[in-house]
Amino acid sequence: MQVHKYDVVIVGAGGAGMRAAIESGQRARTAVLTKLYPTRSHTGAAQGGMCAALANVEEDNWEWHTFDTIKGGDYLVDQDAAEVMAKEAIDAVLDLEKMGLPFNRTPEGRIDQRRFGGHTRDHGKAPVRRACYAADRTGHMILQTLYQNCVKHNVEFYNEYYVLDLLTVEEDAVREDGTPFKQKRVAGVVSYDLASGELHVFQAKSVVFASGGAGKVFKTTSNAHTLTGDGMGIAFRRGIPLEDMEFFQFHPTGLAGLGILLSEAARGEGAILRNSEGERFMERYAPTIKDLAPRDIVARSMANEVREGRGCGPNKDYVLLDLTHLEPAHIDAKLPDITEFARTYLGVEPYTEPVPVFPTAHYAMGGIPTNITTEVLQDNDTVVPGLYAAGEVACVSVHGSNRLGTNSLLDINVFGKRAGIAAAEYAKTADFVELPENPEDFTISLLDVARNANGTEKVSAIRKELQDTMDANMQVFRTADTLNQVLRDIESFEERYTRINVQDKGKRFNLDLLEAVELGFLLELARVMTVAALHREESRGGHFREDFPERDDEKFMKHSMAYKEDHAPADGSAEEAIAGVRLATKPVVFTRYEPMVRKY
Amino acid sequence: MSAELAEPASKIELPAGVGGGGEIPTFDITLRVRRYDPEVSAEARWDDYKLTMYGTDRVLDALHKIKWEIDGSVSFRRSCAHGVCGSDAMRINGRNRLACKTLLKDLDTSKPITVEPIKGLPVEKDLIVDMEPFFQSFREVMPFLINKGHAPTKERLQSAEDRERFDDTTKCILCAACTSSCPVFWTDGQYFGPAAIVNAHRFIFDSRDDAGDMRLEILNDKEGVWRCRTTFNCSEACPRGIQVTQAIAEVKQAILARKI
Repeated sequence: MQVHKYDVVIVGAGGAGMRAAIESGQRARTAVLTKLYPTRSHTGAAQGGMCAALANVEEDNWEWHTFDTIKGGDYLVDQDAAEVMAKEAIDAVLDLEKMGLPFNRTPEGRIDQRRFGGHTRDHGKAPVRRACYAADRTGHMILQTLYQNCVKHNVEFYNEYYVLDLLTVEEDAVREDGTPFKQKRVAGVVSYDLASGELHVFQAKSVVFASGGAGKVFKTTSNAHTLTGDGMGIAFRRGIPLEDMEFFQFHPTGLAGLGILLSEAARGEGAILRNSEGERFMERYAPTIKDLAPRDIVARSMANEVREGRGCGPNKDYVLLDLTHLEPAHIDAKLPDITEFARTYLGVEPYTEPVPVFPTAHYAMGGIPTNITTEVLQDNDTVVPGLYAAGEVACVSVHGSNRLGTNSLLDINVFGKRAGIAAAEYAKTADFVELPENPEDFTISLLDVARNANGTEKVSAIRKELQDTMDANMQVFRTADTLNQVLRDIESFEERYTRINVQDKGKRFNLDLLEAVELGFLLELARVMTVAALHREESRGGHFREDFPERDDEKFMKHSMAYKEDHAPADGSAEEAIAGVRLATKPVVFTRYEPMVRKY
Repeated sequence: MSAELAEPASKIELPAGVGGGGEIPTFDITLRVRRYDPEVSAEARWDDYKLTMYGTDRVLDALHKIKWEIDGSVSFRRSCAHGVCGSDAMRINGRNRLACKTLLKDLDTSKPITVEPIKGLPVEKDLIVDMEPFFQSFREVMPFLINKGHAPTKERLQSAEDRERFDDTTKCILCAACTSSCPVFWTDGQYFGPAAIVNAHRFIFDSRDDAGDMRLEILNDKEGVWRCRTTFNCSEACPRGIQVTQAIAEVKQAILARKI
């Protein structure tokens, strides 16, 4: 085992991690640890754009963007955080342009902008052109541009170093009101070098989690195979709560049966959804902005069309994305990649045929709770000094119960930058926290459990069954019965997980072993998501309970905070444990917007 | 900017059989995988796997089926599984492709389908190669925007035509399919290789960049663009459809034009 020492360690090299690294690397000695190579991160799969009220093509301002973000999140958004994001969006886009990002341009040479779901002029009056974009490859361009600038600034990467544990110590501390509590402090992380199978401990004054989402808990997903929620899982196991985990976004237009993302930019450029009767059904669900309603509404409408028998295909289990009324030259210029996906993977020619689509698990609104400085919270009021989180792994919360399209690329840039600056500034004055004794022990036992389990159960089989039950019972429609079914299933999966068999016994590039570890994170997070969904007896944004179909502001206008059983606050605020998870709540931050009925 | 679009019809007659569908056919294949694990043996070998696959499956699905159901030690990189992350470039039936973008039905399934690591980079285990030499070449061409002027308060202006000039080479996902298909690179690991030149091109022809001369000087090196023998392997291999050979030719012309 080797020990390394850095001022700042960043976990993850997608958009948030690299944006943080560009800031931190110029201020403090920084290492970036990633389980992949930086350019493999799933930021690169984002397509449509990044919203900012540049007002390059029509009137716009950041206050409208703030409002849209809050309304889009069904008022569960922390309004101070949304304001920060919408205001800093403008500089975030300009920063990227100055770093070299090749945005599409207007005839005047300015950054071009297009429409996107839920982004409106003057508080919902009509769609507005707010999304800055580079064809349908905006995420690819952001990822490449950030990597290029990391090269420029000599950022130190540890590629294929898989972080498996967060090292913290607890100190006795006293709150302002005199009550004693245990204050967590960050000491570093433990990582597994994929090439050699060796463990490396990184001692650090600051640790930034920027490790992305957990979409692989679902079967039909736009997420990469590697998005297994490791960062959330590591934090949760170490006593950090997870916020708003019941809210998972299903993107309306995944390629049917495959889940591969077809950008909302398609609808931004004029494509529409049709059912088996050829009907533009969104006219019924969102009369004002129709196909450009926020994703939760469109996804639910699609699922409802299929449920009521108006689905297409031999199994009537998808709807159609119709681009056939658009000019082929326009499609080629604005949507080249997604139309190629339809051709390559489904053999459908989007110029002349509508494309089969169905909602696909896309984005975790919830995650590691942070304040607007990206400091991680160990409970509602207490930050963990030196620990930061940004991007999909975090919940700041700018997305509330439903994220608007393009706001994820924005989130990673705004809060990634904030995290990099905050982590480096903290490291300038802080001392290293002494590593716990035998810092690698937890990780060794984690790996040994997977490596030495001498059973017959296949990791892939358990994972598939987990994904099947999540798709069937935790997707766009939920009830107490379906959620309890998931919890029963997970209990049996966790029992089987103790009897798995990892075939690869080697040290080099043992991905078989890592898939087993990843499954452990998936099971844990699926359980947290489901317990949180069970507690929230209302329907809001991406969380729709058929047994509680209305939004209930009186009881549920608050964030959920899920704690691992032994780590819940001792003040009696947490509910009884269900499946080892205890739920508490956190107030939503309001500034100027009163909750209204959410209509489009 | 595009003109306002006319509202599409609220309801249309859909042609029969629209959106594909029907039973997805299954078929049997043999996947012949190049195996190498220095912890087990210094020798590489071929392993054959007989599999039943679906009509929409890709080579990556076949590799997953092996890893998940037959032999967990079969090792390969992958992430996004739809051709944008660049993790799973490999030699499939002797041609460099992304496993996640190669549909099995498009290959000759009457014979074993061979899958090997990309060539010219040290093999670490099975289909996994050491990518460091590849990224080293990338870093050497200064693959980042260098603008010596004062940064404007707002964005730098760039005409749509100037933006279009380097569009093709912005598509690169650094998968190494081009570089590891190049016969010059196979015999001379010092050669920058097509991917590094593509990424230099992306900045040399960006109207906002001021360091084109420096990059041209780097690529005028004996291991630079002049090693290219115009075999077009790279263009054929590129999963993003980048006209790699043309990009290299444009860099060569720029060097010559500069000398005059």
